[in-house]
Amino acid sequence: MTARFQRAIPAGGRRVSVWLEGVALEAWEGESLLAAILTQRDCLPGDGPEGARAGFCLMGACQECWVQLEQAGPVRACTTKVADGMRIGPYPIRLA
Amino acid sequence: MAAACVLAQHGQRPVVLDEAERPGGQAYRLPGAGLRHGAWTPSGQKAQAARLHAMFAAVADRIDHRPATLAWHIHDGMAHVLRHGVRAGVERFDTVLLATGATERLYPVPGWTLPGVTTPGGAQTLLKDQGCLVGQRVVFCGSSPLLYLAALQYARHGAEVAAVLDTTPRARRLHALPALMAAPGLLMRGVAWMAALRRRGVPLRSGVELRRIEAGEGARRLVWVDAAGREQQLSIDAVALGFGLRSETQLAQLAGCAMRFDAASRQFLPQADLDGRASSGVFVAGDGAAIGGAEAAEISGRLAAWAILGELGAPAAAPEITRLRARLHRLRRFQAGLQTAFAVPDALLAALPDDTPICRCERIDAGTVRQTIRGYVGAIDVNRAKALTRCGMGRCQGRFCAPVLAALVAAERGVTLEQAGWLRAQAPVKPLPLAASLADG
Repeated sequence: MTARFQRAIPAGGRRVSVWLEGVALEAWEGESLLAAILTQRDCLPGDGPEGARAGFCLMGACQECWVQLEQAGPVRACTTKVADGMRIGPYPIRLA
Repeated sequence: MAAACVLAQHGQRPVVLDEAERPGGQAYRLPGAGLRHGAWTPSGQKAQAARLHAMFAAVADRIDHRPATLAWHIHDGMAHVLRHGVRAGVERFDTVLLATGATERLYPVPGWTLPGVTTPGGAQTLLKDQGCLVGQRVVFCGSSPLLYLAALQYARHGAEVAAVLDTTPRARRLHALPALMAAPGLLMRGVAWMAALRRRGVPLRSGVELRRIEAGEGARRLVWVDAAGREQQLSIDAVALGFGLRSETQLAQLAGCAMRFDAASRQFLPQADLDGRASSGVFVAGDGAAIGGAEAAEISGRLAAWAILGELGAPAAAPEITRLRARLHRLRRFQAGLQTAFAVPDALLAALPDDTPICRCERIDAGTVRQTIRGYVGAIDVNRAKALTRCGMGRCQGRFCAPVLAALVAAERGVTLEQAGWLRAQAPVKPLPLAASLADG
């Protein structure tokens, strides 16, 4: 599969450009990093408990969706909103 | 939110530290700002959510509202906070009301750590906050009233809901009926969700056994056994797995509250009276005090606010307080009924294969935990089990493995869940940058 999450309610705002592991990604203003990535990819960058990871609780509790922002360090993808120019990579330390 | 409103309406200026960017907690979560997918709230809670949000907005000038502020430690009249993920600070207080909410309660099913497995609450949050579905074809399984609501919301927003598979036998729901009659309106609401799902052709099955989740043709396959003992398979894109809710009690523990075992919900909760008085200057309300749902959260917040006002010498609104307490009593009784109707899957736990991961964060499986507990000479509780196995030492700090760890300690040692104890909370209650804990802002 190419995308894991499906957008059910159209987003209506401004477009935002971010970089995911060096590849340009178009997101919507107000999207979380998790939604922006997983509506276009099937996994987050980096490894989780079973290899590929796609978050778990989706609400800031499980800590499985950490990604590394070049400018700001590690953040939870589910509680962090996209911003223009963000550069996103895998969380540098393997999760387990 | 409700407590802040009552306090503000009676001359106080409460400071509200909200971890989220927008008010509403989980139940009344607003869509993510900027996404502009409309003032959309999930069906069934529109009116209540709108009313509370309006009330909160109306006292905005009398409340010191601090969004995106995580309280990560609390003690001696001080809350250590992290603002917007970067700025550390300390908030000093005379009185604190902790409304820390809950997470989903999980019991592992083999394959539960595969990507594409999430929780019904998470699936719902993704829809409310981001307008997205966790997958096109989703199965909702486990045991919880939330399974039915989330499945219905998904069906209404274009998802293909493959089934709702409930591990609790249907007979238990009848058994729970007397307690559920304490809040007939809520009971009818739940019945209506099930009827609406059936009208949409969604299969609802009870008394099932969840065998495993594996990679399959439709991205994931769920292998399960129906109440008649027949093995079945479902091809889906995503699995929403959940067994009710688990109170977040870390801040209450750090603030010095004593803990008591609640047999109905099988967890340790902060010891508090019906008004939420827990410790000197510490009050608790909402799902973080006791799982009860959105209405109980509001009512318990109001009662705590009245109790705080009482301590400050304000005249008590006795009829209002009596009414609120009576309603909360009923809602607590209803909740006990829900715990019966949607039970902890003891059979699932007993049958867990040894290679099933228990601790997602540290990748520790059931076999390792069982062997360690069996082999240990001496008294063992859930904290000792954590020290020996590393379960609960990972990033989520035991949020998702602690209930299972306690159940395994109880099973392997032949002790009760109460004797297995509760996982001692440690600060910070969520991971944060090292710089934040060193700074003092």
